[in-house]
Amino acid sequence: MSTADPKGAQAHARAQGGTRVEAMPTLPAPDGLIWEETIACGGYATRRLSRGARLKLTDVAGDACVSMLVFNAEMPTERLNVADTAKVQWSAYLGAGKLLLSDMGRALASILEDGAETHDLFCGASSEASNAARYGDGANFGAHPNARDRFLLGVAKHGLGRRDVHPCVNLFKAVRIAADGATVFEGGPFRPGRSLTLRAEMELIVVLANCPHVIDPRPAWTVTPVKAQAWRGPITPTDDSIRNGAPEALRAFLNVEDYFAR
Amino acid sequence: MSATVLHDEIVPARAPWTQTLYAGQTLRIVDLEGNQAVDFLVYAADDDAERYDAQATIAAQGNLFLRTGSILRSNEGRSMMTVAATNVDYHDTIGGACSCESNTLRYGHHTKSQHACVENFLVGNARFGRGKRDMVSNINWFMNVPVEPDGTLGIVDGISAPGLFVDLKAEMDLVVVVSNCPQINNPCNGFNPTPVRMIVTGP
Repeated sequence: MSTADPKGAQAHARAQGGTRVEAMPTLPAPDGLIWEETIACGGYATRRLSRGARLKLTDVAGDACVSMLVFNAEMPTERLNVADTAKVQWSAYLGAGKLLLSDMGRALASILEDGAETHDLFCGASSEASNAARYGDGANFGAHPNARDRFLLGVAKHGLGRRDVHPCVNLFKAVRIAADGATVFEGGPFRPGRSLTLRAEMELIVVLANCPHVIDPRPAWTVTPVKAQAWRGPITPTDDSIRNGAPEALRAFLNVEDYFAR
Repeated sequence: MSATVLHDEIVPARAPWTQTLYAGQTLRIVDLEGNQAVDFLVYAADDDAERYDAQATIAAQGNLFLRTGSILRSNEGRSMMTVAATNVDYHDTIGGACSCESNTLRYGHHTKSQHACVENFLVGNARFGRGKRDMVSNINWFMNVPVEPDGTLGIVDGISAPGLFVDLKAEMDLVVVVSNCPQINNPCNGFNPTPVRMIVTGP
């Protein structure tokens, strides 16, 4: 097909339409969904989610590592606070029934279902420097993209910048804490198809980066795709078991409900 | 310390404190009365979007606790400061800062009007034009946050004592922002916030 003139170039471009690859969004989203996208190895995605929406992440092939930022979409200076998430819930580990807490004492999201139970609040995003140290280079445009630079791109698309790339959670790869404080990596690979479902408790921006975990010891840059699916759901009712599961959780929900009293 | 003392100041209980440090200088923080949490953030002086990164620090050293020899890493993976010496076994960098808002979750809404570290950080940072976006996970010198085998963690009675200290060597030009923690609802300050002493020395 000639691309020597505009009509030829147009035909060449249009002939590419309809191509299917593993890592791509599905448009329109399948029935019942508001978002479906498979995020590439080393890729990223970002989405605005409404209060009540469900977000399901599936580790399709068993070796995904999803680093996640979460913002209040109405006021992005409010964002995930990993220290408060651990401290307020008296727990080093995420799992079903746990909350992702903002720095304003509110529940950003609840974990409705967790078929993985291997997550990490402590080690954060890989960076160009950490990837360069392990793989020889870590530049975004190269063969070993890093989560922090993926975050920079994700937040930029909401008008946010370097100051907004806050401490993150890592999903699907675990860091356990030994008695002496040592970080013990539990990185699989795991069985394919493990999933995690979150419920948005506020209007959210989520930014997902799928890059090898920062302390993954494998010498080769290794990660597999992750599928994101979202659907609409009801706002959490006052008799919800997660809301009422702990006094700290209840007060986090009371603060959310107070915020939305307008 | 045989180096020249450039600055020596007592930070009152509950107060914020900021200080510019140049590469090669050392900040000694003295826990004057014992078990006083000193909440600590640090920014690169010439580009304050580069700042302390608790997660990068933990990932690089493979351990939650800050001890002698720990390197405080930035979000760009650079070495900002080194823990040159401390006579406390370990310090915390997972517990974060207390805030008016998180206090309502942890203790109840009756604590909403109490002073908190985030308030001090915001005031300290405001001098430099920084705001809420510049708040990240901090260090808590002299604070004890153990993690149990089942994952339970919490701020418990301290392991510091009167006169114990930490020496922090600046590896680049920096701005340090401190909150001398005012928390009274948990044991991080022995339920009694007290002053700390800041001594800056240089070659």
